Amino acid sequence: MEVGEQRETPSVIDRYFTRWYKTDLKGKPCEDHCILQHSNRICVITLAESHPILRKEKKIQSINYQISAGCSRLQNKVSGKSKRGGQFLTELAPLCRITSTDGEEYTIFSCIRGRLLEVNEDILTRPNLLLEKPSTEGYIAVILPKFEESKSITEGLLSRAEYEDVVLKRAGVNVEPC
Amino acid sequence: MHSTGQGRGMLPLKVKDRPIVRALLAAGCCARCALRFCCVGLQSAYRQSYEDLASELHAFVSAEPSSMEHGKSGDAPEKGPTERPPCKKMRLETAQGSGEGGDTEGIPEAHADADVDTTATAESKVCVACLGVLQYFCDKTYAKKVAEAVTAERYQFDSLVLSVSLPAQLSVREHSTWLLVKKLVRDKGACQDKDDIIQVKEAFKWIMNGLVSQELGVPVLAKSLFEVSVGFTHPETDEDCHFLATTCSDCFKPARNKLSVFTRMAVVKAVEKISEENFRRLFPCPPTHPATRCAALATQCLHVSVFVAGRYNKFSRTLPQTPWVIDGERRMESSVEELITAPLLSSFRSEGFNFSSSGREDVDVRTLGKGRPFAVELLNPHRAQFSKEEVRELQEAINKSSDKIRVRDLQIVTREAVGHMKEGEEEKTKSYGALIWTQRPIEKDDIEFIKDIKELKIAQKTPLRVLHRRPLAVRPRIIHTMTAQFLDAHHFHLNLRTQAGTYIKEFVHGDFGRTKPNLCELMKSDTDILELDVESVDVDWPPAIED
Ligand SMILES: [Zn+2]
Repeated sequence: MEVGEQRETPSVIDRYFTRWYKTDLKGKPCEDHCILQHSNRICVITLAESHPILRKEKKIQSINYQISAGCSRLQNKVSGKSKRGGQFLTELAPLCRITSTDGEEYTIFSCIRGRLLEVNEDILTRPNLLLEKPSTEGYIAVILPKFEESKSITEGLLSRAEYEDVVLKRAGVNVEPC
Repeated sequence: MHSTGQGRGMLPLKVKDRPIVRALLAAGCCARCALRFCCVGLQSAYRQSYEDLASELHAFVSAEPSSMEHGKSGDAPEKGPTERPPCKKMRLETAQGSGEGGDTEGIPEAHADADVDTTATAESKVCVACLGVLQYFCDKTYAKKVAEAVTAERYQFDSLVLSVSLPAQLSVREHSTWLLVKKLVRDKGACQDKDDIIQVKEAFKWIMNGLVSQELGVPVLAKSLFEVSVGFTHPETDEDCHFLATTCSDCFKPARNKLSVFTRMAVVKAVEKISEENFRRLFPCPPTHPATRCAALATQCLHVSVFVAGRYNKFSRTLPQTPWVIDGERRMESSVEELITAPLLSSFRSEGFNFSSSGREDVDVRTLGKGRPFAVELLNPHRAQFSKEEVRELQEAINKSSDKIRVRDLQIVTREAVGHMKEGEEEKTKSYGALIWTQRPIEKDDIEFIKDIKELKIAQKTPLRVLHRRPLAVRPRIIHTMTAQFLDAHHFHLNLRTQAGTYIKEFVHGDFGRTKPNLCELMKSDTDILELDVESVDVDWPPAIED
């Protein structure tokens, strides 16, 4: 956001969501994810601003929701109020793979247990949304945790302050940030 | 056939009824049940005092049997008909009002013994068929008790309907007693329809409607807005029904909110289904003698709901429409619903309510203009009649109680009329006013294009904020018209007329791109909604009330 255009009122995310983070997913340095948890327990999975794709402003080659030969997140369908039929995800379930033009492949993970409600198909046709609006229109997926797990799913995640701490320390250790 | 009623000559009993009455009394039926099983439909016969009826019936069965029944009532379980005392003496006995049918001067010992068999024992005992309902709860004393219970509740009513709930096992005992009668009648080559028997409930009402009416000074009708319910239980014989579960298990399926599977309806159905042979094998005929009489349940009163409708304005951005509770904890101190219903509940002295409205607004949204139609169902109101003037005063009371809301067009409506409020809700249009923030600095000209957009079709995925409780779907909605007023470089005021069901907030901020197109796309800038007001809800119900 440019200087002078800072708004005085909280944004939609600030108003309704809590930001949670998971860093260095599967041991891969700086592959950080952000989990936006709505007060109604619904979670939106996005790239964290420290993720290499954003940090290094990578050009996107392709995004693939086909996570294995037999499983595509694009096939996910939910019906009714109880969202029957949605794929159930564990913390390390892959959501999609993003390949950048430099040949790197990044896997985006669920980070939390819950039922997959939808994936963002818009980024397939407009991959630049990932870079331009990573925390809104460039989201990856929407997940509904079980009601009884809506508190516990965030136990292994970092709060905003903890995440900023990690990113700061990382900058101190590595002269060259990842 | 001529009436052979004895004593006062009031009972419309026929000669052919004599062995039936005799058998019923011997089996332990009360005098009123004996009349019921003889299908006597003369209400006054039941209304006379129990003692008078008992002695008349006693006289009737003691009268000399006609040649018709002579020798044919061999299996009636009482003493032979030849031992009956002569008519003349019986007339003397009843004239003296000996309800107990006890020893009377001039009646031979042997006959007195016979009397003990058919009447004295039957009366000292609780009736096998009605378990005492028609013996001990069909008089002025009980009518007074019922009336006292009703009066204590301080209802406003000008008529009432009396309803009776009886223990389920009464149906079993009724059937057993009926089988006894059926056999007697059949042995005489005649037949009788079970449907012609006067039901306990019916006889009870014939007697009690008048008595309760006298006590309360209002008519007791077949239909009324005000219902007084009396009920009886008889724990001693509750197990009477249990054998039915083994023969008609499908009649007794456990249901939520039912304490026992042996509901009256289920028992009636099972009794209809069971074969006579099975019934006779599994249940005594006639029924066993109970040691105790039934007990009366507390008298219950219920007035039908009254519906009150109107329109409300909501002027606060911190007031939810209904109480807002999360994890059992209250989030906001009040609600539109509570502010409107509190004065209604106390004026109608109602026990509860159901609040409904044409749509609803978020806690931070105001509802202006003529307001939003609503209706309140007041449950079991103790007072139901209000003049137009009194309703207007009620409206004033609501409006004085808070400046966060205002109510207009308050009126009493019918249950059916409330349906109009929900009719065609989707087709209606709604008007909104919104305060918009834009990230990109704007000038007056930058929002000029907005007024030229007409009938804009948008596709809304179920907003994330309600997705936890609504199905996921993409819904087409139409924004009919929009106008914009410039405020400053980052703010303008937007008026919208939309199809009902359009999520305005999501149209403005885009909801992660899930509403398309959205105002961000139209403005080519991030936009957000800072304030939202409902300007009008175009539902023309309830009718406007002149001030
Ligand atoms: Zn009886």
